[in-house]
Amino acid sequence: MSATASRPWSARLRIEASASQVAAAAIVAAFLLAFLVVPVGRVFLTAFAAAEGGFTLVHFADFFRTSLFIESFWNSLYVAGMSVVFASLLAVPLAVILARYRFPGSALIAVLGVLPLVMPPFVGAVAMQLIFGRNGTVNLLLMDWFDVRLDLMEGLNGVIFVQSLHYFPFILMNLSASLSNIDVSMEEAGQNLGARGANLLRTIVLPLALPGYLAGASLVFVKVFDDLATPLLLNVTNMLAPQAYLRVTSVGLGDPMGYVISVILVVVSVAAMAGSALLLRGRDYATAQRGGGGLSQRRMTRTGRILAWCFVVPALLLVLAPHAGILLLSLATIWSFSPLPDGFTLAHYATVLRETPQFLTNTLLFCGIAALIDVVLGVVIAWLVHRTRLPGRALLDLVAMSALAVPGLVLGIGILRTYFDVHLPGGDSLATSWIMLTIVLAVRRLPYALRAATAALRQVHRSLEEAAENLGAGSATTLARIVVPLMAGGLAAAFVTSFATAAVELSATLVLVTRDVDAPLSYGIYIYMQSAAGRGPGAALGVIAVVVVAICTWAAHAFAERERRRRSRTVEPRGAA
Amino acid sequence: MPQPATSRRAILAAGGTIGLLHGTTRAGAQPALEPRVVIVTSFSRDVTTPFVQAFERANPGTKVEIQNRNTAAAVAFIRETRSSPPDLMWASAPDAFEVLKQGNLLAQPRIDTAGIPERIGGQPTNDPDGRYFGFAVSGYGIMYNTRYLRANRLPEPKEWVDLTRPVYQGHVGISAPSRSGTTHLTIETILQGEGWEMGWAQLLEMAGNFAQVSDRSFGVPDAVNSGQYGIGIVIDFFGLSAKASGFPVEFVYPTVTTLVPANIGMVEGARNPEAARAFIQFLLSPAGQQVLLDPKVMRLPVRQETYANAPAGFPNPFTNPSLGARVRFNNDVSEVRYELVNSLFDRVITFRLRELTDAWKAVRAADTALGRRDNAEGRRLLNEARAKLTAVPVTEAQAADPAIAGAFRAARPDRPAAGRQAQFEEEWDRHAVAAYAEAKRLAEQAQRAR
Repeated sequence: MSATASRPWSARLRIEASASQVAAAAIVAAFLLAFLVVPVGRVFLTAFAAAEGGFTLVHFADFFRTSLFIESFWNSLYVAGMSVVFASLLAVPLAVILARYRFPGSALIAVLGVLPLVMPPFVGAVAMQLIFGRNGTVNLLLMDWFDVRLDLMEGLNGVIFVQSLHYFPFILMNLSASLSNIDVSMEEAGQNLGARGANLLRTIVLPLALPGYLAGASLVFVKVFDDLATPLLLNVTNMLAPQAYLRVTSVGLGDPMGYVISVILVVVSVAAMAGSALLLRGRDYATAQRGGGGLSQRRMTRTGRILAWCFVVPALLLVLAPHAGILLLSLATIWSFSPLPDGFTLAHYATVLRETPQFLTNTLLFCGIAALIDVVLGVVIAWLVHRTRLPGRALLDLVAMSALAVPGLVLGIGILRTYFDVHLPGGDSLATSWIMLTIVLAVRRLPYALRAATAALRQVHRSLEEAAENLGAGSATTLARIVVPLMAGGLAAAFVTSFATAAVELSATLVLVTRDVDAPLSYGIYIYMQSAAGRGPGAALGVIAVVVVAICTWAAHAFAERERRRRSRTVEPRGAA
Repeated sequence: MPQPATSRRAILAAGGTIGLLHGTTRAGAQPALEPRVVIVTSFSRDVTTPFVQAFERANPGTKVEIQNRNTAAAVAFIRETRSSPPDLMWASAPDAFEVLKQGNLLAQPRIDTAGIPERIGGQPTNDPDGRYFGFAVSGYGIMYNTRYLRANRLPEPKEWVDLTRPVYQGHVGISAPSRSGTTHLTIETILQGEGWEMGWAQLLEMAGNFAQVSDRSFGVPDAVNSGQYGIGIVIDFFGLSAKASGFPVEFVYPTVTTLVPANIGMVEGARNPEAARAFIQFLLSPAGQQVLLDPKVMRLPVRQETYANAPAGFPNPFTNPSLGARVRFNNDVSEVRYELVNSLFDRVITFRLRELTDAWKAVRAADTALGRRDNAEGRRLLNEARAKLTAVPVTEAQAADPAIAGAFRAARPDRPAAGRQAQFEEEWDRHAVAAYAEAKRLAEQAQRAR
């Protein structure tokens, strides 16, 4: 490190970065600067502005002097940490079953495991309350039968419960992508050396899967730390994100504290991400051999299968209960203080299809493009960070990840402030056009794609690229022909996560959408859910959103599986020769 | 693309002379309407759609574009889009309109309000400067789920003071006044109706029964509709429209309530001023007022004659003089301490709800215990605990003091504050935590006293 630092900048640039690398970095940096750093920076300036103008840190001092904020800070840390623990308890066994065993329910786990991420705003909230709330289905039945009530949705523990159910797919997806990328020869080498069972798992499989697990776990941590929807739904306000939100959105309040908290959220999230990267530092998780097509999938013993089903079925029932709730709600006439609705009807679907068919096509278009942008940017950033020695590459990574912690509302306001006066040829403002909405969705969901891409890239050994380069391929060709195909599974995961979560993004959408005809599903759901009569149609739109995302997930899963099988068929003989 | 000022003024002058009795939009002398009008609103689709359809029927050739945002996002949007704003802002909370007006973001479109009383239930119907107009009035009240009350064997509440009764422990919900302009008005109404100290005492005792303080106004009717808790403090149309949609809920107005206008205003620099004016005028016309009685809308019209068509049992502020009339709402008092009241409520109730409800539980348990074997020492301790739980760390005079209340408003150089908002809030938070812990301790002592 000191040796490199002592060399002049020009020399480092000349030696360590090719023109194409610099160009790629410049494009990515320009994108992040234009649509994340500048808009958000313009809003965050408030945190440092003194009353009479000029720079001040007094608001930050106030933050650390305020006991409520300090308490909120610790609460947020506690909830985020515990959510990672419980999410891991759910996700790790599922991922192991998925990757390691020939299990008839694998496809089911892969698809249903993503659905919790697709919790349409407000509908999800209402459905969770109807199922798990104080007087939800579960508690009404428990009270009838046993006269007990479970406070599943109360206080910090309620937040942990809901967050674990909601975000465990991050771990599941990243970990299983990681596991299925481990080369079977590694495992065989371990077996040849005498490792069996748990020992094999501990010494070979788990260490090799660590990048994927950490990618998922750090996402869960940051996401929970920054999330507001869930604490607000449970009316838990003594956490950091809700405190910021309540400050920023109160009408007519020019108070800087909300922005101070936002800055702190961003800093902590970036620190968590950097911490997880640090854990992996100096270790090499890549395997040179490709073509094993993942761990050898083994047949389960009878007991094993029974045990697996005993875990999988309750776990899926638990995590999918909210979706069952949304489905019931979308079919319900009236559902009030009873375990099940009073009656059933299809009228809500008719209403939705009659009034608002454009929401669906808009969602597919906007989120599809946004997810593509994310995958491309994610791969490029991951590649720049881990495969080049470009100065400032780590900064790119951190900036992209910080999008995770920027409240959607802040980004939305920043975009309006920066781009409202830029007009498109038609005379409409760029800030409120669907193009900008797509870009904002891409910026908001880029961290998911980036984490997945990074985890996938970490497992591709450099020597494969060096081989390509020795054969005369340029870095672009190497990326396109060698690296990306090897990362296919991880990239499918990246696309799905970005797409699925973009489909239910609301907070920035709400600021930027100006016309019904340009609005995505989440906005439609929001509009419906603002009135008692709109609960059914809102839930119907929610079901449609979930189904659409499920289909896309299944398609991506099928694609990744096919890639894996294709590779293991065609590459193996050559490897043997 | 701002409209040339002269032509707009001429148009407005012409518009002012057209009487409502001639019909709102078809008067021959009127300039042609623009082909579109853009409305930012916090109202749900169910509310806006009937109005839009009726307006478009009356004015073929003009398309209405609705942009749904919550009130805070709508205000932010209008503020950020000065160069080509939406045409109309249409929402409940009068304070949001006041914020827009202070920011010079509302135009003065000269609307004919003949036939609409200046005051309904003590509150002015329209902005005195003619920048926003009340098209309906709403009052706050108590909404309850009848199935829930029956299952929990709870009596039906009628007055605010009923909600302080121990039977309702954990059964009541409200939205935070800092989040909902209409809740703020309810709180302010109680504070003005009962007096600052008595009002806070009543609120804090009521808060002892709160199951939740929600951050969005619709969260409360939603929870009552689905039976998460039984009783909600809500604005009337939430209760009335839920009932009209078939939910097992009822709504009552307590005696101390204020009728608040729901408003519409034209945004400064609107690109379609004629169509915007026509829409406002339509809302205020008899035809527009009739739409308010649609079962999905259910708001109280501002025209007396519209009530003739209302369903039986529909509240009517014109024939029921007690509705909203007991409290003469003082806007100036409210204006000065607006942000302070919100912040204080959040410090002593919203953010410390668990501590507060725990302390009240202890007080009520002690009360029951003393009911069985009364003794002076226990009573004394209990009274002390109650005193701790019903006092706020701010006096009425302090709340009106611009030096203190000013700390809670957007900083203005000409109005020096006595301290920063953060300092006061920290002080109140400490006070609340200490007082509630002390009250709980005293109550537990009282329970053991013999």
